Amino acid sequence: MNRLIIKGGRLIDPAAKIDGLYNVYVMGGRIASVKKAESDTSEAGPGVEVVDATGLTVVPGFIDAHAHLREPGFEYKEDIRTGTRAASAGGYTAVMCMANTRPVNDNESVARYILKKAEGAAARVYPVGAVSIGLKGERLTEMAELKAAGCVAVSDDGMPVVNGALMRRALEYSKITGMPVISHAEEPGLVGSGVMNEGAVATRLGLRGVPNAAEDAMVARDIRLAELAGGRLHIAHVSTRGAVEIIRDAKARGLNVTAEATPHHLALTDEAVMGYDTSAKMNPPLRSREDVEALREGLRDGTIDCIATDHAPHSSIEKDIEFDKAANGIIGLETAFSVIYGLVEEEAISLHQALYAMSANPARAFSLEGGKLTVGSPADIAILDLCAKWKVEPSKLRSKSRNTPWAGKELKGVVVKTILAGNVVFSRE
Amino acid sequence: MKLKRKDLLGIEGLDREELELILSTAESFKEISEREIKKVPTLRGKTIINLFYEPSTRTRTSFEIAAKRMSADAVNISVSASSVAKGETLRDTAMNLGAMKPDCIVVRHSSSGTPEMLSRYLSCPVVNAGDGAHEHPSQALLDMLTVRERKGKIEGLKVAIIGDIAHSRVARSNIYGFTKMGAEVTVAAPPTMLPAGIEALGCRATSSMEEAVRDADVVMMLRIQLERQSESFFPSAREYSRLYGLDEAKLKGAKEGVVILHPGPINRGVEISPEVADGPYSLILDQVTNGVAVRMAIFYLLVGGAREEQHSEGAQR
Repeated sequence: MNRLIIKGGRLIDPAAKIDGLYNVYVMGGRIASVKKAESDTSEAGPGVEVVDATGLTVVPGFIDAHAHLREPGFEYKEDIRTGTRAASAGGYTAVMCMANTRPVNDNESVARYILKKAEGAAARVYPVGAVSIGLKGERLTEMAELKAAGCVAVSDDGMPVVNGALMRRALEYSKITGMPVISHAEEPGLVGSGVMNEGAVATRLGLRGVPNAAEDAMVARDIRLAELAGGRLHIAHVSTRGAVEIIRDAKARGLNVTAEATPHHLALTDEAVMGYDTSAKMNPPLRSREDVEALREGLRDGTIDCIATDHAPHSSIEKDIEFDKAANGIIGLETAFSVIYGLVEEEAISLHQALYAMSANPARAFSLEGGKLTVGSPADIAILDLCAKWKVEPSKLRSKSRNTPWAGKELKGVVVKTILAGNVVFSRE
Repeated sequence: MKLKRKDLLGIEGLDREELELILSTAESFKEISEREIKKVPTLRGKTIINLFYEPSTRTRTSFEIAAKRMSADAVNISVSASSVAKGETLRDTAMNLGAMKPDCIVVRHSSSGTPEMLSRYLSCPVVNAGDGAHEHPSQALLDMLTVRERKGKIEGLKVAIIGDIAHSRVARSNIYGFTKMGAEVTVAAPPTMLPAGIEALGCRATSSMEEAVRDADVVMMLRIQLERQSESFFPSAREYSRLYGLDEAKLKGAKEGVVILHPGPINRGVEISPEVADGPYSLILDQVTNGVAVRMAIFYLLVGGAREEQHSEGAQR
């Protein structure tokens, strides 16, 4: 039985309302005890690994509610091994992986294959099953079976469930499976052939725009459907001010809806596309300053529950091409915390709000273990250096792909160590 | 004197001094095309690749003639953008072209930004011959040259640009160009084809053609792509023509001596009536003539600036 002590660090466990100098004792992969450092006189016995966290910050391992690990089918972009290594380098100890693999994760065998591949991985992997067979938006998947196979949610992420009746049925089924339906909310007609945010920047660049209304309209529809069905809805990658307002209103009415925003939508605007940088091309697109401010406000007031990466690895063959033909998405697992810590430094959000949104809230939204470091919880822990900086060098990232808008940037807030079930799975040199 | 840049990717980044330099250089080159032997040795031994990913007769021919009148070796490569070998990145494309040691690459592409992306990997000058709905700098330069020739100046003129502003690279380049030269630009289009934030480029925007044409010194009509009907940008050619087609009646509000430009090819009877297109104020053919001179100037300033003496020899002959 492995034993580990993390000594002398500042422990922040927002869910347990703890913020102070504590020693964390781990046994058998779980938190055995948490003792105030000043009054802790116990000595580490033989065979106990001691991690000195003096000057560092110890937090619950991050949980990503939205990543694309690309396996099976697109292993040239990423696989479960490299994706979870990237996760652990970013302080993540659990990752929910989306269903748009090849074959699509729309049946038990694919879900089990993913979990098989995830054995011994550097992070826990929770598959998200598809809402519709083949992501075609026509027929529902066998959701109870997906759940039994280990899925924690369903989503056709990558594309919306266009047919409202199908979405309604999926939400109705969520009542018996307990699995949230994750909505990738966009009205496809309004998206059209748009490749970035509609606005002055798109006009300058001569690129087709996607109006905010494309997202607002679908978020509004899905919330009404969740209300009608009494189902459990989670809105993925919120990018617009309008969507934040609609979700805020739904929560005020007592609806069981949760929402996530990505670090890039919280940190960047459509100005990042200038120069036709395909590392700033994603769906939904980077929006205006006003939208970014609304997302931050949503994070502060709890409208946005989770920060999720939408880690979307792509190879140069999909990214180093014409802007309008390039694939959507960026990698995010390794940079997420530092980017979010940038917001903390800017005082846009508090450190506690950030940590809540990166661990406790996703755990609660998807009924996952972890997200807190109370006795008996899994010993899934990230150790951070909030004073240090690091330079994002794409060639040194653990992900197989290099598509990051932060290439070459220096970021503050470094993940020093990541511990999964009591084992150190990542240690920064 | 040379341009302050390696490439000509758009008008947006140029300053007025550079625009004036290109225009006056083009003016001095016009005479070459009037000679019996229409050739100067200025760019002898230089290789210019015309890389066209989008069908174009007029612009490609104009660049080719310009290169040949300067004695450069012009090579035309026409590629259908859709048939571009799968698996090749833009970097691969650029590196392969660069390996042939060209002295200049002219690029037309249906995707905005492609010339800029290619230029990052190419040490030779890249000239944007039109990219998506972004920019078409040589077109704007020839339009400015044509107007300056006729009006004697650009400063203070009122310019109306009418048509599908949303999808027009010609509109964007001309908004930048004419405003930098001191003209006042108004664009007019149905609201469906007025892109968000177009005013940020320096123009006024309206959906009233009458308002745009009122007191205009220059009216530039854009080609309407009839395919846009399928996306409901306008209901029919008939309706579009009625609201935004230029005919004698709509020209009434313009200033005395108004001139009409059109980048071509024109849809007669849709965005412009035949009597206007062929009328006395139409400069459509002057535009085409000036296109060759402007492109010669672009090549000269980007590729042959160091060979100023050779050019003056040629020009004196």
